[in-house]
Amino acid sequence: MADLPKADELFKSINYTPPSTGWMDTPVDCSPGNWCYPAKADKLEYLGFPNPRQWSPADVDWKLPENWQDIVHQGFKERLDKYRSLKVFMDVCVRCGACADKCHFFIGSGDPKNMPVLRAELMRSVYRKDFTMAGKILTTLTGSRVMTEDVLKEWFIYFYQCTECRRCSLFCPYGIDTAEVTMMARELLHLCGVNINWIMEPVANCNRTGNHLGIQPHAFKDIVEFMVDDIEEITGKKLHVPMNEKGHEVIFITPSGDVFADPGIYTFMGYLMLFDHIGLDYTLSTYASEGGNFGLFTSADMMKKLNGKMYAEAKRLGAKWILGGECGHMWRVINQYMDTMNGPADFLQVPKSPITGTVFHSAAQTKMVHIAEFTADLMKHNKLKLDPTRNDHIRATFHDSCNPARAMGLLDEPRYVLNNVVKNFHEMPEQTIREQTFCCAGGSGLNTDEIMEIRMRGGLPRGNALKSVQEEHDVNMMACICAIDRATLIPLADYWAPGVDICGVHELVGNALILDGEKERETDLRMNPLPKKEE
Amino acid sequence: MNALYSLVLVFALVLLALFGVETAHMAKLFGIGLPLVAVAVFLVGFAYRMIKWAKSPVPFCIPTTGGQQKSLDFIHHNKFDNPVTPCQTFIRMFLEVCCFRSLFRNTKVALKDGKVTYASAKWLWLFSLLFHYSFLLIVIRHMRLFFEPIPACIGWVEMLDGIMQIGTPRMYMSDLLIIVGVAFLLARRLWDAKLRYISLVTDYFPLLLIIAIGLSGIYMRFIAKVDVMAIKQLTMGLVTFNPVIPANVDVSFYVHLLLVCTLLIYFPFSKLMHAGGIFLSPTRNMPNNSRIKHHENPWNDPNIKPHSYEAYEDDFREPMIEAGLPVDKEA
Ligand code: SF4
Ligand code: SF4
Repeated sequence: MADLPKADELFKSINYTPPSTGWMDTPVDCSPGNWCYPAKADKLEYLGFPNPRQWSPADVDWKLPENWQDIVHQGFKERLDKYRSLKVFMDVCVRCGACADKCHFFIGSGDPKNMPVLRAELMRSVYRKDFTMAGKILTTLTGSRVMTEDVLKEWFIYFYQCTECRRCSLFCPYGIDTAEVTMMARELLHLCGVNINWIMEPVANCNRTGNHLGIQPHAFKDIVEFMVDDIEEITGKKLHVPMNEKGHEVIFITPSGDVFADPGIYTFMGYLMLFDHIGLDYTLSTYASEGGNFGLFTSADMMKKLNGKMYAEAKRLGAKWILGGECGHMWRVINQYMDTMNGPADFLQVPKSPITGTVFHSAAQTKMVHIAEFTADLMKHNKLKLDPTRNDHIRATFHDSCNPARAMGLLDEPRYVLNNVVKNFHEMPEQTIREQTFCCAGGSGLNTDEIMEIRMRGGLPRGNALKSVQEEHDVNMMACICAIDRATLIPLADYWAPGVDICGVHELVGNALILDGEKERETDLRMNPLPKKEE
Repeated sequence: MNALYSLVLVFALVLLALFGVETAHMAKLFGIGLPLVAVAVFLVGFAYRMIKWAKSPVPFCIPTTGGQQKSLDFIHHNKFDNPVTPCQTFIRMFLEVCCFRSLFRNTKVALKDGKVTYASAKWLWLFSLLFHYSFLLIVIRHMRLFFEPIPACIGWVEMLDGIMQIGTPRMYMSDLLIIVGVAFLLARRLWDAKLRYISLVTDYFPLLLIIAIGLSGIYMRFIAKVDVMAIKQLTMGLVTFNPVIPANVDVSFYVHLLLVCTLLIYFPFSKLMHAGGIFLSPTRNMPNNSRIKHHENPWNDPNIKPHSYEAYEDDFREPMIEAGLPVDKEA
């Protein structure tokens, strides 16, 4: 991070004029800083992924398997046959450029290969050569090219500069989803052993220990107990948190980021306080202690494998339905993939709130409810005792995480919850929120320090929007419903809008909740003193 | 450069027709053989591509949602950007196909005074609409060449299109608008450095080809004043598979025809297939109801199972017992 330029310098360096050389003739820059560290061999071995080895993207020789071109070709063919999305998206782009300036990585870098259309063209050019007649005959004229090692390297660099946020897809007249293209390209890269550690290590951990961070069951319990102690210190109430227990109505699954790091833990404390307050009959699980699914960034098979734990554990513990915490891509997987891959979960029941009696018909098939939906419903039915003045020191805005926004449409529930617990709430500019939201630039497994400059560039649109509400409304807190956001937005805010903190929605709920029999609170969940009440 | 190649290509086509008909006297080939082949290639090619797409499965339900999901009663559901029923999805698709709704959202990014700004940019939407609808009108108008008697609706379209009553022969609005529309699309491609950067020969070629078709059409109508009855004789001959080459058809007609045939033949092999592809785009044509209804993946592999709880407990049994976590099997 040492050589990260200052924010205003970085801003000035952005230039939207493409280079004079055509993109096929512009060599890819594989110098450090442009890539995340490759996956460690032992992680790949553990997961049974091909070509585990020691290598660096800065080397000329990437130690690819001898027949790597064949592998890519066959893999490509297989995916064209398996996914209509890929086939259609390879064929119908008219290069209208409507998506070009919608990607945060392009906006912050000006690198034309970060225009979604060109990102996809990196793959399309090979598709044309390998799978279309015109491309085979009229090479350059139709924009087709042979798959060479340089092309593969270019894929690696640019498909790991896409956070699969789908903002481009929203604006494309044909709904071409570059995130989908990226997913396929990454699958092909995996076939040759070209991948990054920041994804593969969490995947390996998740498979073995149940969560990304590799927290073992006993340690997981310890951490939760720490939080219980903190809650006791703040509220004077000792909560009981069931874990791995059978026979409870609900199993609660959240991203492990909430258990592990600041500020996710405050969100986690918020969940626990909420459950205690309403007397929810629930359990946590250490085996299924991860909502976030890095399999999504790896391959469809891996996604399925990791996701399968949720249903398996719900079944083993005999729960009736699943409640899910605040997480971005976890919800993309749950909303768009879970039931298809691992369902139908007939052993579960259609979720029904035991407190309000509301039946969640919108989750009738997956049997899994988002906590923002659950809490909003509680609030609507006046089931919570709240004191929003405890959040008076907070002037909040809300960051829509890409996946819940564009792969689900969860927009108003968190806002409803927030509006019940904070009095000062201000939206960022219209083009940067709701379905048009901008990514934190660390999604899809790119939340790693070795590409900090790329992340800060990609974070420009979000940071800029945040700064504008900071200047206009003194906003000092950005709430979000994603554990990756809670990690990635901190450096982003420090860089682009210093002075703004990041929190989960349920942290603010936890602050506002009046637990039965609690003592007069003096601090918020971060142990910061509460503002004095005016007499 | 790519634009230039395309221009040369289109010119070559024009010359080919001029030379072929005037000098080489191959009117039969250009007036009968080629159109029949072109139509066949177009129809078969189009169908082939659509079937090929339709045959690949849609394993997952992956709509890009553009608004509030259907959830709690008191939260307003955005039905057309985040549909859950087939009917809502149909409306979303209808708006997409007929009104280019996603393009309507378009914004333009600029860096101003240390800030990223987003301005509404509806030009592309407007001119694309103009272009596509003019094209549609023109195609409908041309249908009078293929029907005897001419269906009334074609007459209405013609009347509407020529409602401005400018000049003789009457000026059609669509002729003008299509040229304006395509010219904008072309100018945009040449003007905007980003777009120029991504544009291939295959992007310029259809634009230039359509401009050439438009101009040759206008030339036939206003300058060469071709004999429409003779042309109709030819086209009717084609549709009834009773081909004739009438005398005194101006060569400009053959130029026009060759260009149109080129477009028809080119169509199924090119990005122009977006016309069909849009209907099959999974991010747009699916309802966002995968939490409500089961969606089947035909190749879902039942053998992929999660790392089992038993294996997990075997791995961690002792510390779990020590920590007081319940276990299924005692040590
Ligand atoms: S908006 Fe869609 S069609 Fe236009 S260039 Fe981008 S991906 Fe291609
Ligand atoms: S999915 Fe997001 S990161 Fe990827 S190209 Fe599209 S806008 Fe950019």
